[in-house]
Amino acid sequence: MTPISRGFRGRSRPDAPADRVPPGQYVTDDFPVLSAGPTPHTPLDQWTFTIEGEVDEPRSWTWEEFRALPSEQVTKDIHCVTKWSKLDTQWEGVSIDTLLDGVETEADYVLAFCDGGYTTNLPLEDVTGGKAWVAFAYGGEPLEAEHGGPARLLVPHLYFWKSAKWARGLTLRNEDAPGFWEQYGYHNYGDPWREQRYWGD
Amino acid sequence: MARAAVLGRLNWRVASVAEFVDETPRTRTLVLDVDGWPGHRAGQHVDVRLTAEDGYQAERSYSIASGPSNGKLELTVELIEDGEVSPYLVGEARHGDTFEVRGPIGGWFAWDPAQGGPLLLVGGGSGVVPLRSMLRARPPDVSARLIYSARTLEDVIYRNELEALGDDVVLTLTREQRDGFHTGRVDADLLREAGVPPAQEPRIFVCGPTPFVESVASELVALGHPAERVRTERFGPTGR
Repeated sequence: MTPISRGFRGRSRPDAPADRVPPGQYVTDDFPVLSAGPTPHTPLDQWTFTIEGEVDEPRSWTWEEFRALPSEQVTKDIHCVTKWSKLDTQWEGVSIDTLLDGVETEADYVLAFCDGGYTTNLPLEDVTGGKAWVAFAYGGEPLEAEHGGPARLLVPHLYFWKSAKWARGLTLRNEDAPGFWEQYGYHNYGDPWREQRYWGD
Repeated sequence: MARAAVLGRLNWRVASVAEFVDETPRTRTLVLDVDGWPGHRAGQHVDVRLTAEDGYQAERSYSIASGPSNGKLELTVELIEDGEVSPYLVGEARHGDTFEVRGPIGGWFAWDPAQGGPLLLVGGGSGVVPLRSMLRARPPDVSARLIYSARTLEDVIYRNELEALGDDVVLTLTREQRDGFHTGRVDADLLREAGVPPAQEPRIFVCGPTPFVESVASELVALGHPAERVRTERFGPTGR
């Protein structure tokens, strides 16, 4: 039985609608930073974004080429496994559908790779169909390095560690393989609405 | 995943407050009895869940302060004025009160004695908490240096314990000057002077508020430490 914590009443109840705040989360207005190591600073003239792995032909964009792709402005709620949720965050990015347009693959999974060695794994169907972007702007400004700039993945329907910072590409894979946090005890899929925070959740 | 099946789910466990220690005017260490606590590695954290009488629940994460060999679980919590959980843990909870914990969590910002040293630990404010767990886990043959920044002497957490470690601990105060203490932020000069040189290949752990960690981690890389040896944990101003 869940013990009552004597004397705990909680803050005034969340003003956000319950259908926007997953279980165990609280709403914050600021934008906390979480990362495993030093913030990388890759100069834009050395930056590329690459689609590789189980594809007919790898493809890669320079920063200029990437920024010339059609982009979308999206407003999304984001949910960090460390319990904060932030509502109505405004991003601009290139849809992964755009990056995969015309790519022939039989892969079912992607492993995103990043500056700094960070990786995260996702089912391909979770980054296609208008569900994921490579975002380069936040709140109308270029994405700051500490928040993953110049560009990060944005996969808002999963816990935010899946929205890998400093993203440099996607490896398409026939088989799933755990990414960085997924090897260190965090859930392989990470659905906030099912509170899939850790292994076994 | 196979690993998940082996590890099993991290279940919520009932924790009761055995005792508490007021470390500073804003931080309190809670010593907890936890049913079936499986033990932890230095540097890991736990999720804490409070439940109100009407069933309302609030969850936050806190670093573990105790060393792995201590049977009890200790958390050191800093009061966040407009926070929801920390005012309860720092100001309200007393002997015998109960809540739930889940963990231990995290395998990256963690250190085992078997991994060896030397250790270079750099903490800002309550970021010293998981580093203290590492110092407690450290066997005598592993050298360590903690560089710890606090606002004032009064804000230094674990002061007696850290001062007993002598030269292994370097304290700097950012908001006051005191004899025998460094003054000012942890900058490149202090890291060069008091840190462990890159040639000794220290294992580096940096924990503190985001601007502190951003700055210290960048300086360490600039001093020649490989980025992959600099492990960080940050906390923002969000209501812990």
